[in-house]
Amino acid sequence: MNKRDWRPYKTKMSRTILINLARFIVLVFMQVFLLKNITFYNLATPYFYILFILLLPFEVPNVLLFALAFVTGLTVDAFYDTPGLHASACVVLALVRVLFISITVQKDGFDNEPEPTLSIMGFRWFFTYVLILTLFHHFFLLNLEVFSFSEIQYTLSRVVLSSLFTVFLILISGLLFFRRKERK
Amino acid sequence: MRNLWIFITKYNAFFLFLIFEISSLLIYIKYNSFQKATFLNSTSKVTGTLYSQVDALKGYLSLKETNDSLARENAKLRGQLKASFYVDSVEKRKVNDTVYKQQYSYIVAKVINNSFNKRSNYITIDRGSRDGIQKDMGVITGAGVVGQVIEVTDHLAIIQSVLHKNTRFSAMLASTKDIGSFVWGNDLDPHRGVLIDIQNNAQPKIGETVVTSGYSLFPTGIPFGKITNLHAKGGGLLINVEVALAVDFTKLQYVYVVNNKFAGEQTGLEAVQNKNE
Repeated sequence: MNKRDWRPYKTKMSRTILINLARFIVLVFMQVFLLKNITFYNLATPYFYILFILLLPFEVPNVLLFALAFVTGLTVDAFYDTPGLHASACVVLALVRVLFISITVQKDGFDNEPEPTLSIMGFRWFFTYVLILTLFHHFFLLNLEVFSFSEIQYTLSRVVLSSLFTVFLILISGLLFFRRKERK
Repeated sequence: MRNLWIFITKYNAFFLFLIFEISSLLIYIKYNSFQKATFLNSTSKVTGTLYSQVDALKGYLSLKETNDSLARENAKLRGQLKASFYVDSVEKRKVNDTVYKQQYSYIVAKVINNSFNKRSNYITIDRGSRDGIQKDMGVITGAGVVGQVIEVTDHLAIIQSVLHKNTRFSAMLASTKDIGSFVWGNDLDPHRGVLIDIQNNAQPKIGETVVTSGYSLFPTGIPFGKITNLHAKGGGLLINVEVALAVDFTKLQYVYVVNNKFAGEQTGLEAVQNKNE
């Protein structure tokens, strides 16, 4: 790789980092100052911040992915006064993300399709991706929070309704930032 | 050795998952069961500052309600002044030789962070050990009981609210003085609690007020709420009743921290007694 090829690669890289950093800050702020106070009948609470982990680029190495998920969870935990709770749910989310992507996406298309967004991957793939990952995350989060099987029915209904709420928010945000990409 | 390395790198996601998941679960179990979360919660510097700044903005939105509740409380207190009582007896000579010693004093604090839709809810306030707040003090509002201080730093404190799965306060029926324990129900409703373990010869009525018993951190007679349902789940030999909470936890603005001057003396005395047994 000579110098001419290397430079645009580097600027693209730093741009990705900047975008993800901004996304992280905005999402965590939204979660802890706005969405934390929103709940429907004590059943549906959105955990919108997981969008940050969902939208990390495909080529992010596994070490970095798990570390970022862990840190994101701890940051939200610091505001929710529940150290470790969101962190463990986010690490589960990262594992499911790795498995899901390895099953559904071919490894050679990474140059054109860097990020798993709605505009790049299409509605069907994105919807399945978001739905499955959100369900796993919420299932672990809410069961770990209650920490007993005696209220499992109530917890499961919370999982389903909260997931619907979160998926709804994520799809709306996907449509808001929808960009029609001309494929080369 | 080489094969082992190949094995680990091939399934690196799984091993990474194990490492991070185990460490986060360790953090979760350790800090949540013993309430030692002093470095990673909202009393810590960064989150505490952020919360108080956002709260300073939000305070403007509810100025009217706060004013109303303060005015109501002022009116109630004014009603208790000596000047507002009509002297009924002809006997005019008063003997003022009784010496009162103040047992409870109150520290006013502003709520800067509050949650009510989780299984275990905490409230952060903007007063700490510099203002005289200590661990295990009771917290009330003009309307009723709010919770108990569990964590204090110099300028902030965390309250375990009534809406917490481990909260348990000594309570009684206002009219008959039957003692029970006040807990939060299982359905995450921020407007309802349960009074459990009342002796089964008591006869609670719907609409009756449940108040603090004075056995614990609070003065006697601070309301928890009113009875709404006489047949709550569970109970067995003892009676459980459902209670509509007097405090609206979704709109907390200002709280009072109760400083019981005899608390240290009482716990010391009871500790001695427990040791003797």
